[in-house]
Amino acid sequence: MTSVVDPRAAAPAPDLPKRQSRVWKKLRRNPAALLGGAVVLFFVLVALLAPLLPINDPTATDWLAVRQAPSDKYLFGTDEIGRDVLSRMIWGAQASLLAGVVSVVIAVCLGVPLGVMAGYLGGWTDATISRVTEALLAAPFLILAIALAAFLGPSLTNAMIAIGLSAMPIFIRLARAQTMTVMTEDYVESARAVGLRHGALVTRYILPNIFPPILVQATLTIATAIIAEASLSFLGLGQQAPAPSWGSMLNIAKNFLEQAPWMALYPGAAIFLVVLGFNLLGDGLRDALDPRDT
Amino acid sequence: MSAILSVRDLRKEFVTARPLFGTPTVVRAVDGVSLEVAQGETFAIVGESGCGKSTLARLLLRLIEPTEGEVWYHGEDLAHLPPERMRALRRDLQFIFQDPFSSLNPRMTVGALIEEPMRAHGIGTASDRRARVADLLTRVGLTPAHADRYPHEFSGGQRQRIGIARALASGPTVLIGDEPVSALDVSIQAQVVNLLEDLKDEFGLTLIVIAHDLAVIRHMADRVAVMYLGEIVETAPADALFEAPKHPYSETLLAAIPVADFGARRARPLVEGDPPNPIDPPPGCRFHPRCPYAQDRCRAERPALSPAGEGRAVACHRAAELDLTGLGDPTPKRSADAERRFDLYARALAGAVPTNNDS
Repeated sequence: MTSVVDPRAAAPAPDLPKRQSRVWKKLRRNPAALLGGAVVLFFVLVALLAPLLPINDPTATDWLAVRQAPSDKYLFGTDEIGRDVLSRMIWGAQASLLAGVVSVVIAVCLGVPLGVMAGYLGGWTDATISRVTEALLAAPFLILAIALAAFLGPSLTNAMIAIGLSAMPIFIRLARAQTMTVMTEDYVESARAVGLRHGALVTRYILPNIFPPILVQATLTIATAIIAEASLSFLGLGQQAPAPSWGSMLNIAKNFLEQAPWMALYPGAAIFLVVLGFNLLGDGLRDALDPRDT
Repeated sequence: MSAILSVRDLRKEFVTARPLFGTPTVVRAVDGVSLEVAQGETFAIVGESGCGKSTLARLLLRLIEPTEGEVWYHGEDLAHLPPERMRALRRDLQFIFQDPFSSLNPRMTVGALIEEPMRAHGIGTASDRRARVADLLTRVGLTPAHADRYPHEFSGGQRQRIGIARALASGPTVLIGDEPVSALDVSIQAQVVNLLEDLKDEFGLTLIVIAHDLAVIRHMADRVAVMYLGEIVETAPADALFEAPKHPYSETLLAAIPVADFGARRARPLVEGDPPNPIDPPPGCRFHPRCPYAQDRCRAERPALSPAGEGRAVACHRAAELDLTGLGDPTPKRSADAERRFDLYARALAGAVPTNNDS
């Protein structure tokens, strides 16, 4: 709570800044969010600029330099068949970021509307959506993703769809529960009393008020999705070898942890940083979008 | 004056438990209420917590669906209208909520909140609406500059003013307030009550106010309905009710009003204990277990709300024979000494006696 405004003391309004710029202003004042944004931006740039950077071919093998420690020639070392870890990291950024972000976008775009429908309409709609969601949740996340990816056929795109669909039930449940909570608020009743149509009620009252926990869940799910892509790659269902992704690099590196720890260190650190970046950015965005938080 | 809202035998049952076998547990929150609200009056519904008055208010505007009964407004039965027609009628029928802290969407600006009813009903152009928002803000004692702020930046009283501005935006004819001031500080309550009365005159509204605070009601209302356990036990013009209640429960409510006079100590409350469980209301008159005047007939036979002259109606078997106490003479009782001092003071003010005290 901030200070209370006296009705008589307020001067005539100087044109207040628009909502967008207010959000941006608050985001700018939040160093953690800026750091998160910078980290995410860095990896996105790396992923986009991969073809232009002066680096080795990520799939070229060098049998004379197998599992070499980081050196001047190979800054991040080489892997078990002599490929440059740095190049593979940079090229793998694309696959991993896509796998993380696109699958979460799929999960949110499908899960949130379904969850809001279930929570808002209740009755048979809710019963149907909830039972199907529970059935999906009964299968472990990864098993479901593997089954779907196997069904769709091996490719990075299909892996993203499979991961997105597997992550969707969490968002359905979250959106449904949040919607039901918000529906009991007086302000939703006031929207009905005013005579608002359902569409306006959902977009102006429900969605903005259920948004914060969904944003947090989404940033966390990005990490899960990146790792899930790794597992699918390992099974040959995600990024197709020899094209790199952080997850598949990590998966192979775990066999060589003692002999070549650098093989695991860099992709692991990259996943950690990206997830941290998305989390910080997501938290900052959530706070910036909340008018109550100054 | 003609009735703008007529309620016939309105009922609302809530199922509190539905076992797999056996009969479900049902609470009759509103149990056969009939009433008429005249155009332009302030109609108050009073009763203690849990008597169903908030449920009744929501039923009137169909914010919850009635189990049974009719609510007639200009020849249309609100309780059975198709949803789209009901939505359109909400332009005329608006609601003020009890809690100003939870009834405004925290993610909308005050301007957007007040404009929303006009947008919902397609009233005016965007610039018309903005002008009206500014006008409404001024009418309720805020300034147009407040339109760009968010609800959390305001105090409770100011938020309630925002809620009132929002309720007025679509140009309603009937305004229902569910305890519109009970969540506010006492010092703010009077301001908001006065504001409501001013706006009522200005816009020619019919006001229905739900309250448990009889002091507020006495100040505002033209007519009062007293509710007990989902039923109306007495309706009367406000003055008549406060002066001489005809139902023992009304008498009890009046006796519970605190009196702010020196030495004005009231007799202990006429009635003690809580109202009976509405899941299992007592047979006969629902008030009989707590009623000091109850007789055998009250325990067996349920009294109907029947006319009692002078625009009054009461649901009590003994209404005609009982002589119940109202608030009576509002002038305070003072001791003889106090009376003398007040007298001296009054004469001093008038310049009749020297101001130095020589007694």
